[in-house]
Amino acid sequence: MQNVIEVNGVKTIFGNRIVHDGLNLSIKKGEIYGLLGPSGCGKTTLLREMVMLQKFHGGSIKVLGDELDRISHTQAQKLRRQWGVLFQAGALFSSLSIRENIALPLQEYTDLSANMIEEIVKFKIHLVGLKPQDAHLFPSQISGGMKKKAGLARALAMDPKLLFLDEPTSGLDPISARDFDSLILELRSMLGLTIIMVSHDLQSIHDTLDRTAIIDNKKIAYEGNLKNIKSVENEFIQTFFGKYNEQ
Amino acid sequence: MAINLLRTSVKANHLYLDFTGELSLYFISDFESLIEKISLNGIKTVEIDLQKVTYLDTAMAVFLNKLYEKFEKLNVETTIVATNDEILSTIDLPKKFFKHKEDIPQKTECSTIQKIGEYTYSHYLGLISFMEFLGKLFATKLHYLKSVKNIRYKEIAFEINESGVNALGIIALTSFLIGLVVAYQSAFQLKLYGANIFIVDMLGISMLRELAPLITAIVIAGRSGSAFTAQIGAMKITEELDAMRTMGFDPYIFLVIPRIIALMIVMPILIFVADMMGIIGGMVVANVDLKITTDLFLERFNEVVAAKHFFIGLIKGPFFAFLIASIGIYRGLMVKDDTQSIGFNTTKSVVESIFAVIVCDAIFSIAFTNLGI
Repeated sequence: MQNVIEVNGVKTIFGNRIVHDGLNLSIKKGEIYGLLGPSGCGKTTLLREMVMLQKFHGGSIKVLGDELDRISHTQAQKLRRQWGVLFQAGALFSSLSIRENIALPLQEYTDLSANMIEEIVKFKIHLVGLKPQDAHLFPSQISGGMKKKAGLARALAMDPKLLFLDEPTSGLDPISARDFDSLILELRSMLGLTIIMVSHDLQSIHDTLDRTAIIDNKKIAYEGNLKNIKSVENEFIQTFFGKYNEQ
Repeated sequence: MAINLLRTSVKANHLYLDFTGELSLYFISDFESLIEKISLNGIKTVEIDLQKVTYLDTAMAVFLNKLYEKFEKLNVETTIVATNDEILSTIDLPKKFFKHKEDIPQKTECSTIQKIGEYTYSHYLGLISFMEFLGKLFATKLHYLKSVKNIRYKEIAFEINESGVNALGIIALTSFLIGLVVAYQSAFQLKLYGANIFIVDMLGISMLRELAPLITAIVIAGRSGSAFTAQIGAMKITEELDAMRTMGFDPYIFLVIPRIIALMIVMPILIFVADMMGIIGGMVVANVDLKITTDLFLERFNEVVAAKHFFIGLIKGPFFAFLIASIGIYRGLMVKDDTQSIGFNTTKSVVESIFAVIVCDAIFSIAFTNLGI
């Protein structure tokens, strides 16, 4: 299968602290790929580098065929329309209602009529499991779980090929978290998305991920599926996955 | 109360510490002072009796362990007597954790020279980053002005309403009062010389040329500059700016430029309002205090105050507006991921923009005077 994202020898340095020292990984089309690792290992940093929010200091990242470190402005803008990003707390625009948040990319990037946009927004709201009557609420008026769903709806507004999720289930109660997992699986099969997520939630990791990369000690400690992961000799993997499989 | 919980008795060379009841961290200091009073001279054995203790918290366990260590150091044979398992395990807790945990490292204090160096360097970096901001602003502006379609009228109109129309009242009131005060103070001096009519010259020139633009700029810096910093800073903390970037919406186009343009449009209008209100304030004092009628005032105003003073005042508007808006927004973008830095940057934004406005005004003043305007 075709590689959607290729990370080659990526280095990241914050001040005098090396965060990544030569990361290599590849993400294939249509898979749900997890970035895992102990806290502070730079999972979210790598995710931010993939969506051009942060510069890296060596190596290369290729997203949908474009090299991120020498991409032109127009190409970058085009690329940005092909992905959706869900931030940890939703990051909805606080001055706009949920409906307006979802409609914004459509208004900015397309010349669809107001009616058509309204229809699409309605569809996306149903798709992520929000109630239509919540559409006019503002981000400050809704719960954390709803914010995540609304953020997901906004990320899906332009029908992206790639979906980046930063800790999608953190801060949710176990029931909502499982609902969110099944929503992600459903969306993948319905829309054929490639999903990259950073997660700490073991249940979610086991239920949703196809493949995963474990970042530990500035390097990739493991890349592959979860079945063989227990045989890897790494302190983080043993404590994180060892206990789970014994249950 | 603590005295009831600890009974001490010394028999020959044996010290007996008898604890009772619920031992929590509130009693530690009482116990400490009680035990300190006992002279340890000649004491060979100590018995710490915890048999009547019903509850022991970890702080008390740390205290008892320290006490134990203290006696050990003095070569006193110490025994802890306890029967309750829970209490025994609590007593053992500190020992378990102190064994392989080293002390929390002390923060290293750096020397004054190092501090000065770091301070200077951080300010130097601040200057560089402000230059970077201006550069990016300029680049975005060029990109933005390529097509009329790019101009975000809605955002500009919103900001004009927010920082212009809504500020009219406070600016009108402030400049009216300043006109009143300036006229009142000078009226007193002018009366001494019988030079009553010169109030018009004085007020006209000072108000139109300097005071109205400065007052407007200071009110706007406090009102809109701080608002820009807080709004954009909060958006940064909630990752809204990042969300915009990943969606391909450049924050410079969506947030920065509309605010700067709106303020630059609205500032001359506000200065005009301030001019009028200041003069009206002066006129009231002239009328009441100096017996100069409105007609006479306006006639004299027409004669002696040249239009150039008015235009010089207005011209300063967009420059002040640019400084206030760009510093306010720059400070907003500098907010880090904690709530404290919003307050810090808002304060900085207001102070820096007022300072910048005054420096800018001084430069204008010298330039215009030298140009003979």
